[in-house]
Amino acid sequence: MAISVNLITGRTIQQGVSMEAGKEKPAYTTACGIIELDPVDFKRLGAYRNTHVRVTSDYGSVVVKAVEATQGPHPGVAYIPMGPWANMVVNPNTYSTGMPTFKGTPVQVEVAKNEPVLGSLELVRKGCRGELA
Amino acid sequence: MTKTVTDVICPFCGTLCDDLEVVVSDDNKQLLEVYNACAIGAEKFLHSQAKDRITRPRMRQEDGSWKEISYDEAIEYTAKMLADAKKPLMYGWSSTNCEAQSVGSEIGEAVGAVMDNTATVCHGTSLIAVQDIGIPSCTLGEVKNRADRILFWGCNPAHAHPRHMSRYSIFPRGFFTGKGHASRKVIVVDPRPTDTASIADVHLQIEQGRDYELLDALRVAFKGEKLPDVVAGIPKAKIYEVAETLKSGRFAIIFFGMGVTQSIGKNHNIDAAIAVTRDLNEYTKAAIMPMRGHYNVTGSGQVWGWLFGFPYAVDLSRGFARYNPGETTSNDLLRRDEVDAVFVLGSDPGAHFPFSSVKKIYDLPSVAIDPHETPTTEVCKVHVPVAFVGVEIGGCAYRMDNVPIETRKVVDAPEGMMTDEEFLTHVLARVKELKGV
Amino acid sequence: MAEFLIKNGFVFDPVLGIKGDKADIAIKDGKIVETTALSSPKIIDASGKTVMAGGVDVHAHVAGPKVNIGRNFRPEDKLFTYKPGHGIERMQGGFSVPTTLRTGYNYARMGYTTVMEAAMPPLYARHTHEEMRDTPILDQGAYPVFGNNWFVLEYLKNHEIENTAAYIAWLLRATKGYAVKVVNPGGTEAWGWGLNCDNVHDPVPYFDITPAQIVKGLIEANEYLGLPHSMHVHANNLGNPGNYTTTLDTFKLSEGIKPNSKFGRDQVMHHTHVQFHSYGGDSWANVESRAKDIMAYVNSHDNLTIDMGQVTLDETTTMTADGPFEHHLTELNHLKWANADVELETGSGVVPYVYSPNIKVCAIQWCIGLELALLAKDPMRVFMTTDHPNAGPFIRYPRIMKWLMSEEARKQQFDAFKHKDKVIEATNLAGIDRELDLYEIAQMTRAGPAKSLGLSHMYGGLAPGLEGDVAVFDFNPNEPYAPDAIETAFSNAECLFKAGVQVIDDHEIVSNGNKRTLWVNTKVNENPQVMRDVKEKFLRYYTVTLNNYEVSGHYLPNPYVIEVDATQ
Ligand code: SF4
Ligand SMILES: [Zn+2]
Repeated sequence: MAISVNLITGRTIQQGVSMEAGKEKPAYTTACGIIELDPVDFKRLGAYRNTHVRVTSDYGSVVVKAVEATQGPHPGVAYIPMGPWANMVVNPNTYSTGMPTFKGTPVQVEVAKNEPVLGSLELVRKGCRGELA
Repeated sequence: MTKTVTDVICPFCGTLCDDLEVVVSDDNKQLLEVYNACAIGAEKFLHSQAKDRITRPRMRQEDGSWKEISYDEAIEYTAKMLADAKKPLMYGWSSTNCEAQSVGSEIGEAVGAVMDNTATVCHGTSLIAVQDIGIPSCTLGEVKNRADRILFWGCNPAHAHPRHMSRYSIFPRGFFTGKGHASRKVIVVDPRPTDTASIADVHLQIEQGRDYELLDALRVAFKGEKLPDVVAGIPKAKIYEVAETLKSGRFAIIFFGMGVTQSIGKNHNIDAAIAVTRDLNEYTKAAIMPMRGHYNVTGSGQVWGWLFGFPYAVDLSRGFARYNPGETTSNDLLRRDEVDAVFVLGSDPGAHFPFSSVKKIYDLPSVAIDPHETPTTEVCKVHVPVAFVGVEIGGCAYRMDNVPIETRKVVDAPEGMMTDEEFLTHVLARVKELKGV
Repeated sequence: MAEFLIKNGFVFDPVLGIKGDKADIAIKDGKIVETTALSSPKIIDASGKTVMAGGVDVHAHVAGPKVNIGRNFRPEDKLFTYKPGHGIERMQGGFSVPTTLRTGYNYARMGYTTVMEAAMPPLYARHTHEEMRDTPILDQGAYPVFGNNWFVLEYLKNHEIENTAAYIAWLLRATKGYAVKVVNPGGTEAWGWGLNCDNVHDPVPYFDITPAQIVKGLIEANEYLGLPHSMHVHANNLGNPGNYTTTLDTFKLSEGIKPNSKFGRDQVMHHTHVQFHSYGGDSWANVESRAKDIMAYVNSHDNLTIDMGQVTLDETTTMTADGPFEHHLTELNHLKWANADVELETGSGVVPYVYSPNIKVCAIQWCIGLELALLAKDPMRVFMTTDHPNAGPFIRYPRIMKWLMSEEARKQQFDAFKHKDKVIEATNLAGIDRELDLYEIAQMTRAGPAKSLGLSHMYGGLAPGLEGDVAVFDFNPNEPYAPDAIETAFSNAECLFKAGVQVIDDHEIVSNGNKRTLWVNTKVNENPQVMRDVKEKFLRYYTVTLNNYEVSGHYLPNPYVIEVDATQ
């Protein structure tokens, strides 16, 4: 069963460190290929911590690992660190300001146990080639 | 044997710490240790030493594989691509020095490019707001020495600017703030109880996207006027209390970040935040500052300011500079198919633009200049690795408060690698030949 | 290097004392030479034209942080004014705050070759130098600001002149600065708390020193060192009705102090944009000109020079290190306001402003500026400026020439004022019939400022040995002309030579010249106390380290260092 949450993105120190260590490395995926959910939302979703989930918005879809909020509680708000995973689903509209709407995208989250979380390069490459499911 | 280089500048975030110490081998070839930096800054220095680093330009082949090419070939491809394009986008410019930005600007002028920097996805909306209402601000030392009211709005320095709090805003003992943290009241406004909020005296857990309302409510509260019971999820008593805390300070500073610039409302949120600051100056002294992200995004706005008169989103394609965010900004241009080539330097739009924009880069002739392998290099036709600015080459960078600091070279780049400025200088010369100017 | 002979022009040169007589000017190896020294020069036929030395601007805000704030926060200033690249000129934009390229080109078009940036925040010196580097053609220097600097406040509280001097020498070297600038002494530090110093005796919060002590102390330190320029001040209380008394009080601080400089200047104080400091009355309703009182003082004290700060009746961008003033201004006009306080050193503010001929006060300000120049007994001590861009953009200098040279032009402007009668009543200008001649203009724009800057050995005249900075204007002073012809001719030099390089040929910019940055390197006796204080303040209060503070060489690709020895 899918739940609806309000998605925001932003920097985390793990995102910063792993990005500087190399976006092609697995550590970057570990740091950014995740969605932070509140315990209340985990309950709604009916999923364990560290399960893969599919996040879908009006603008796209991506598989990431669901982890418990590190800076919570924030029920109803979900957090994906800034990066290619978040950018698959954020609202790209700028409404004539130049700025995509990176924060405040309504998304659906559903369990996707058996789908892989792709690395950043693969994710972007497959996306560009239309090879993503 | 090793030696220690002091007063090293960290080329990662807009905090632009300049007190790092770096241990290097005597022959300047190896960087061994980094002191005083935060985890991100240290990683930036150490990663430059990665054994698997790409040191030569490469070009994407039909079958999707990379082929190594020479710098000369990369220069030729880049110059041709830019010269042939009707309206190329030259994007990035935030993780490089002002010297490279300056050469890049001349290329942009010669080929009629749109010049845009990472402000376009960061504080571009702040720049728009400043054009509407101005900005009472100050250097970070004023905060350190005077500020007794610190408000972080929609920013999380504990994660994004890790040493900001210890160097400038919360903990340092300044001239009039001798008790450090104890001299200050700290307020955080954020939809999440962030690690920054956990150090604050007050955390207002605002409903996401309701910044404008809460900012306006503060303006109402300053005047002692009536508020609804709850604004943006915050009870009015709390709002009056925070308003009073700010007014009663001797020097208040508001730092703001992506929480306000990227949420719906965008530049209007910043307008309101600056209006709050203006209002506060009726009662006490107050300043406001954007928490600029990349270590030299501020510098590229400065360089373009003096060369073109605009801080970002500068369209040179008609032979003179135009500026119209929403039209001349990267994501709008890409999504509307208005550019026909993409040049990226000193940023990673592949990772940090919405995917619909990334796909457009993939579909176009494109070059990425970056020391790292990134999602951008992954979607571009040519990747040109270069020396790390601030590690392997010096040059000027502007801190988030616009203070210019000259970054230092601490080690040599791997044999035969070009710097941003060198590469651009060659491209400029070749572009001029191609354009006959 | 090329040789040039500018033949048969009507020459106006206060240095040679030529008042419009026909003369030939020779240039060789970058300098003015005797005509006999040339062998095969390029001949410039200047017959029927006006020949002068390159103009020298003592005070303009053309480079640095607050100028760039003005550019970046006013996209509207670029509307309708952008010019694409052309020939060797790159694209250029901006009206009141032009891009650096336009700054260089437009000054050159007016026949100017030397322009001093009037206020450099030391912590932002690198930025200021980057902009000057990207300003073509002009020789430039920048004045670091000292009047609210914590070192200075602490030393001068105890009248420690020697320490102040040692600190000045150190800071000039660290910032590659040219002169000692003072803006709203003490007031900008007070603005750190949202306060101000309203007069010369109003103490600075915490520091327990008065603006009078700061100004006097800095004059003494400046003379102790024997710097090329004098202390250069923008006094307290700028822009307020009744402020002329503060201005006179400030002037008086120079009394009894003699210049000690090998650089040929006679003044110990330069007071800038005096128009903004010459107001009587006690409110905007009854504000009036006090230019007569001001000029009575200036005319009778020859250790003082001033510049005008002439209002040009344009929409412009005000910018000053006088932070509290800009806040005051935004409260008056409700336009956008930028403020930038700088740790331990200074502050600044930026606010757009519209000087409308329909507003009485603006018209009064216009009169006051012109009165200062027209009441001047010695044009060698009263210089033409607009405090660019504060009272108007520098491109209006030729229009100011027109107003100064033609009573008819002034009458036309009076007639265009909405409140003409009230303006005439509040000012003296309508009763002044003096018309300056080009010789006096050359004193106010060339020889005078060059001498005041201590640069009369380089600029401001056409005597052999001086820099080959020469302008030729399409203007025949011996034939009848309409006032507007002055503005047209002096906005658009026919030829310009800068250090012997032809920069303008037939009104076209043909070279980016060989721009130099002037700075003053002062040798002082070792002063361990000051060096200890510097170390301590950087360690404890600055947010950059001492080793990252000094501006290094590559920001000044073509420096011109003026050496001063103050070790005795
Ligand atoms: S806070 Fe920013 S500038 Fe300072 S060390 Fe960390 S990443 Fe570098
Ligand atoms: Zn000025």
